[in-house]
Amino acid sequence: MLLKILNALITVGVGVGAAVILYWLLNKLAEVLPGRWEDRLKPYFYILPAYAALVFYLVYPAVQTVVYSFANAQSTAWVGLDNYTRLLQSSSFQDTLFNTLLWMAVVPAMTVVLGLAMAVLADRLNPTWENTSKTIIFLPMAISFVGAGTVWGLIYNYRPEGREQIGLQNAIITALGFDPVAWLQVSDFRLNSFFLMMMLLWAQTGFSMVLLSAAVKGVPEDTLEAARIDGANERAIFFQVVVPQIWGSVITVYVTTLIGVMKIFDIVYVMTNGGANTNVIGNEFFNQLFTNFNNGAAAAIVVLLMLATIPIMVYQVRNFRREESMA
Amino acid sequence: MTSTQTTMGAATPTTKTRKRQPSREGQPQKAGWFARIVVFILCFLWIVPVIGLFLTSFRPRDDANESGWWTLFWTPSAWSRMSFDNYETAIDQGGLGQAFVNSLAITLPATFIPILVAAFAAYAFAFMEFPGRNFLFLAVVSLLVVPNYIAFVPILRIYGDLQIAGTFPAVWLAHIGFGMSLAIYILRNYMATLPRSVIESAKIDGASHFQTFFRLVLPMSLPALAAFAIFQFLWVWNDLLVALIFVGPGDNAPITVALRNNLMGQAGSGQHLITAGGFLSMVLPIAVFLVMQRFFVRGLTAGAVKG
Repeated sequence: MLLKILNALITVGVGVGAAVILYWLLNKLAEVLPGRWEDRLKPYFYILPAYAALVFYLVYPAVQTVVYSFANAQSTAWVGLDNYTRLLQSSSFQDTLFNTLLWMAVVPAMTVVLGLAMAVLADRLNPTWENTSKTIIFLPMAISFVGAGTVWGLIYNYRPEGREQIGLQNAIITALGFDPVAWLQVSDFRLNSFFLMMMLLWAQTGFSMVLLSAAVKGVPEDTLEAARIDGANERAIFFQVVVPQIWGSVITVYVTTLIGVMKIFDIVYVMTNGGANTNVIGNEFFNQLFTNFNNGAAAAIVVLLMLATIPIMVYQVRNFRREESMA
Repeated sequence: MTSTQTTMGAATPTTKTRKRQPSREGQPQKAGWFARIVVFILCFLWIVPVIGLFLTSFRPRDDANESGWWTLFWTPSAWSRMSFDNYETAIDQGGLGQAFVNSLAITLPATFIPILVAAFAAYAFAFMEFPGRNFLFLAVVSLLVVPNYIAFVPILRIYGDLQIAGTFPAVWLAHIGFGMSLAIYILRNYMATLPRSVIESAKIDGASHFQTFFRLVLPMSLPALAAFAIFQFLWVWNDLLVALIFVGPGDNAPITVALRNNLMGQAGSGQHLITAGGFLSMVLPIAVFLVMQRFFVRGLTAGAVKG
């Protein structure tokens, strides 16, 4: 045990030390070159190691994944579009896609709304209460989704009728005289998916609140004052003066949460493993890879996910360029 | 260095340049009852599940599995039965002690090694002119949103060929690769806000890029380094998917995997052990988070998006 920690600490030391030596060597290498080449090549030497990591862990695998998606389960023979057609035609994968879209439709929007509500309302409390309440809402960000699973297990726990309920939600409704419900098994109206979404909302709202709170505090006082002098009520001021000025941050929160939701895995894996029609593509990917040992299907799912992120990527890049040109 | 002190305090890098007006202190609208009640209800809903977990984790097996934790509030006698027994069982029999150590062994190198590598690249992007700079940085920006799922199938295959699947280096390197774009992005954005005059004058004094980086830029970028370190720490510690794929269950499994496989996945383990394990898994990240919250918020507002 102690050995492992020691080993980790040594790795940190050796890893950082090796990086220093590597850059020192790269730097020396640039310096022995004739003057003109030194200045020309040095920047590339500085970014080379970082780019090597990016290329090996993201760029090359992306290409390779596309290739695998046209091959069979063991990646030994080409199968053309079979992986895609089989996936898209199977009704269980269609349900999986639908669930994922449902998560994408609900969670980012709710995250923005709840985060904005907290940001605006906590802003009006005195500083002590503002900080305390924000810390409470923010805290779940530090908790893993597995940890969140242990927390929410106590909310959704189900015991058959007649036994004492230890899940909070069932305790409340049995106290009100209803029968206990196995919440995560109720797939009518995808109710169980919504219960899982609650967990992500619980974890993500703090992030939304922090970003939007910074934006709301940055709204210039004189614009609010001007609206007040014009006789606008608080609601009009909020929607017509505050919201347009924080719109950039709203979009940032929305996009970030959207990306997170598209690749959601842990919550579903830990709580239901996709059972009772709660499957999402992250979990389906994992099951194809590790339960079915089907590299082809797993790769095809990733390619679909990648295609879905391209519009977001384009948006990110354009947004970044616009902000850079303004700066 | 005194001239740089002020910039170190100022947080948000250029990408988020919003006109910093005087903040709205001395609100005209004071907190009404509505605001107070809504905030109170939200905070209550957010914290109650955690309190439930915390209390349950100390209750003996029969209490925890046959009565709700809230019954503690009207059965004072149950408090006296609470103990650390669940934690002992979870750590020894549940294997969470070993897993906690594994998590540390995975997280520390995966957090600290990428920092210097990313900082050098960020320095080049922020302070050096070279053909292709914009294009290469835009590539980093677009890689931010690429889901790491794309890496799993091919990398797993390579790890299989190299026979390093299931080892610590396998997962260190993966996390370093996945965290790199975010690290470059945060650090470069921060470095772009550092006063250029300081770097220019260092150059005039004859300092090389190498010296400027280590003596000036790296120390001045400390807030951004800390912001990324916290991000990466929380991300790696709380990660389940990368660990399942590249380490899997067994002797090297981190706490998320062990908690899922040894306790939550076993029908017999019961809420008393699951909650104790759950709390063990969140103690360290919560502590780091509470202590370093300021830096973490700074990282968030630096426009951190991770794919």
